[in-house]
Amino acid sequence: MRRSMLFVSAQRPALLKDAYVYKPDSLLLDLEDAVAENQKDAARFSLYHALKTVDYRGVERVVRINGLDTPHWKEDIRVAVAGGADAVRISKCEKADDVRTVVRHIEQAEEEFGAEREQTLVMAALESPLGILNAYEICTACPERMIGVAIAGGDFRKSMQTRYYPGGLEMLGGRSNMLLAARAAGVQCFDTVFTNLDDMEGFRAEVEQNKQMGFDGKSLISPRQIAVVHEVFAPTQKEILEAEKIVRAWRENSALGIGVFTVDGKMIDIAFIPGAERVIMMAKASGLYRGDL
Amino acid sequence: MRLIQTALAGTLESSDAQVMVENAGTGIELSIESDVINQYGRQIRETVLETLARLGVENARVRVIDKGALDCTLRARVECAVFRACRIEKDFPWGGVIR
Amino acid sequence: MKNAVNREIPDELLQNGRKPFMGSGYYEGTEYRKDAPSVRVREKSFETKLLPSIREAVQKCGVKDGMTVSFHHHFREGDYIINMVMKEIVALGIRDITIAASSVGAAHDPVAEYIEQGIVTGLQTSGIRGRIGEAVSHGKLKTPAVLRSHGGRVRAVERGEVHIDVAFIGAPTSDCYGNARGVGGKSDCGVLSYAMVDAKYADKVVVITDTLVDFPNFPPSIQAVDVDWVVVVDAIGDPKKIATKAARMSQDPRDLMMAEYCARVMAATPYFRDGFSFQTGVGGASLAANRFLESMLVEKNYKIKWIIGGITKPAVDLLNKGLVEMIVDAQDFDVDSVQSIRDNPRHYEISVSQYASPGNKGAFVNKLDFVILAALDVDPDFNVHGITGSDGVLRGAPGGHPDASAGAKCTIIVTPLVRGRMATICEHVVTVTTPGECVDVVVTDYGIAVNPKRQDLLASLREAGLPLKTIEELKDEAYHIAGVPDDLEFHERVVAIMEARDGTILDVVRQIKPMKL
Repeated sequence: MRRSMLFVSAQRPALLKDAYVYKPDSLLLDLEDAVAENQKDAARFSLYHALKTVDYRGVERVVRINGLDTPHWKEDIRVAVAGGADAVRISKCEKADDVRTVVRHIEQAEEEFGAEREQTLVMAALESPLGILNAYEICTACPERMIGVAIAGGDFRKSMQTRYYPGGLEMLGGRSNMLLAARAAGVQCFDTVFTNLDDMEGFRAEVEQNKQMGFDGKSLISPRQIAVVHEVFAPTQKEILEAEKIVRAWRENSALGIGVFTVDGKMIDIAFIPGAERVIMMAKASGLYRGDL
Repeated sequence: MRLIQTALAGTLESSDAQVMVENAGTGIELSIESDVINQYGRQIRETVLETLARLGVENARVRVIDKGALDCTLRARVECAVFRACRIEKDFPWGGVIR
Repeated sequence: MKNAVNREIPDELLQNGRKPFMGSGYYEGTEYRKDAPSVRVREKSFETKLLPSIREAVQKCGVKDGMTVSFHHHFREGDYIINMVMKEIVALGIRDITIAASSVGAAHDPVAEYIEQGIVTGLQTSGIRGRIGEAVSHGKLKTPAVLRSHGGRVRAVERGEVHIDVAFIGAPTSDCYGNARGVGGKSDCGVLSYAMVDAKYADKVVVITDTLVDFPNFPPSIQAVDVDWVVVVDAIGDPKKIATKAARMSQDPRDLMMAEYCARVMAATPYFRDGFSFQTGVGGASLAANRFLESMLVEKNYKIKWIIGGITKPAVDLLNKGLVEMIVDAQDFDVDSVQSIRDNPRHYEISVSQYASPGNKGAFVNKLDFVILAALDVDPDFNVHGITGSDGVLRGAPGGHPDASAGAKCTIIVTPLVRGRMATICEHVVTVTTPGECVDVVVTDYGIAVNPKRQDLLASLREAGLPLKTIEELKDEAYHIAGVPDDLEFHERVVAIMEARDGTILDVVRQIKPMKL
């Protein structure tokens, strides 16, 4: 479950040391845009020790590495793997080969540092029209490591010769295409950051739209945004009750060898189960379900 | 490790530390400024000296301006300053002397 | 001997009936006769009270060696009064002076000089910062400073434990007869609550103003019947530092998270009902709690009956939105609160005796439902410390903290678990300023601890699904993150006595040893 993925600069100890207190699902420990060009080395040292020392209490640690067009990304991968990061996020990913290149270096690093093979997952940020058009190939480039794809709105809007508009019509094509690719490939799909911290209403509207479109979650720039995402993504009481009934009925019926049955007059089969189980998981994460499922 | 140039790492933000290392004389000459020197000065000194020893730095003048950094931050800043002073820019020994 | 908060109090301090702290409410129901001032009668109406200079006032009041002079701190770091008066006292060659102030700070750095010269030999205050704190901590003051809560200071005056020879009261406006007000003038501070008690109990009272207004200046905070002399000066303070611009609501995510916890703690208790009473400190998280509270009030259709204490913009906002019925005000911190007491008829000035004294027939704090306050550190017995910096130097204020904590039904302390590198939940606090028995809940960014004596609150908070920890767990967590701190090193010599609000000795502050690495 990755509803909230919070960016934290690897160069800022004040955030790096305990950003888990805000309970995001994932932390995006950033070596890229949040770190000045002449501080890339310093950020890696901080990142390494944070990964090695800090107990992030189950919060996933994803390292955002610098783009493949920079001199930094190879060292970024080495430190991420050496530190034991859960995943690497590839910036400005445009084609499946980018994923393969990164994975190859991850494999090397896993060998160099004696890490478990396939311990380090990957995700890709799509920041250009080309990246969006290649989304399906990117999503399927490395099935054993691929978490999913995230759209990066800043660069994408620029290359589309537009800017942020409330309502997000300018992002509709990018978002929709990426969602289709991700769902077709069976990986997760994340929306871009919302940068105006003073516009919490605009932020909430965007998160609601994300949920409606079927995103798994969203990249965030401030801990203040986490609660809104969790609130919006939380299932309603009605959804939880319904999901609980479905899961219970499924368990009882499948034990008796029955595959199709009804719950409150609605016909239910195995196709309903993953959705119902996801609702229960979300409800637990939001503190809304304390039952025994 | 032999220091080639004077180098600085870290900032003066809260929870950070700024570390300056320069090649000098014999032995380690360490000065520490910290708001929490009464309670944590001893531990700051130990962490800095231990990190320098691990890196094999034997001769250096080291100045630490601490703003409440945790040990992991102090280590990162000392290491970064030393590697900068040695002009090493890639293939860092993660998990080796950096640990 | 060890007192009720397990602090070692030197026997030589426990003389002449002085007791170690015995637990809150030790003097409940006891009786005493209040102290009274001497009065120089003015029967003839034509004599003027106006004097041309502070020096003349010092002389007319007969200030001499060994006397106690008092001041208030409504002008905060913008105060000019203490320095102006002390300069004249020193110039007249008077020595062995005790300053009894409601608080002293960096604005009064010149006084540190007089302490070092042995001219000021005693200090009684509810707050101590700047160079005075350093001088006292380094053992420069001849007698131990006495630190009291705001209510405790008033109680000591009411009982005559502190007898003020001359009170010098800076006032934003006064008439020629000494009717003085906190509102109006060039240096508007809103209220004169701290000074009200000094005016009633000091033998001589001098009002110092920079804005003389027509007689009668009504309704007065300080009444002419209590005032001997009036001096007009060019400026009593720096208006910018007296009523500061309202602090922007903290946007720090950590503050906001803790503030939300505070509001949720309140909402989970049985005291959260229509018409409750409320006080907050002025820390970032304490103030931000008002914001979360607001939406909860609206949702439940509740109103707060009264807000008390040092007042800031968030309280004024609640008043203006009709979410609180009245503000009872003992100090104003920003231009918004000053403006509110001037303009809003539901915003009332009270004396600090009314606010917090444990020596009268019942103060406002006794009727408080909730108070949210900050702390420097808290120990596993919930004892709170708020007076010395991490280097052991006096740099803080018990202020109204011990009073509100003792009175409120639910006292919430809010502090990040680690500040800089300092573990705020720790094995030993430097100095106990508020006894743990008065503290009910500690809110941190790492979880919420409930005082085990409040099993009722523990159950309510658990029911509400709040992230509960024991105080020991929080302490271990803090040490795990920051490392176990070394103990500060002190000399034997006691440089300050921290009185409990009832006058017993809660703790002592010793002279620090300079740190050598």
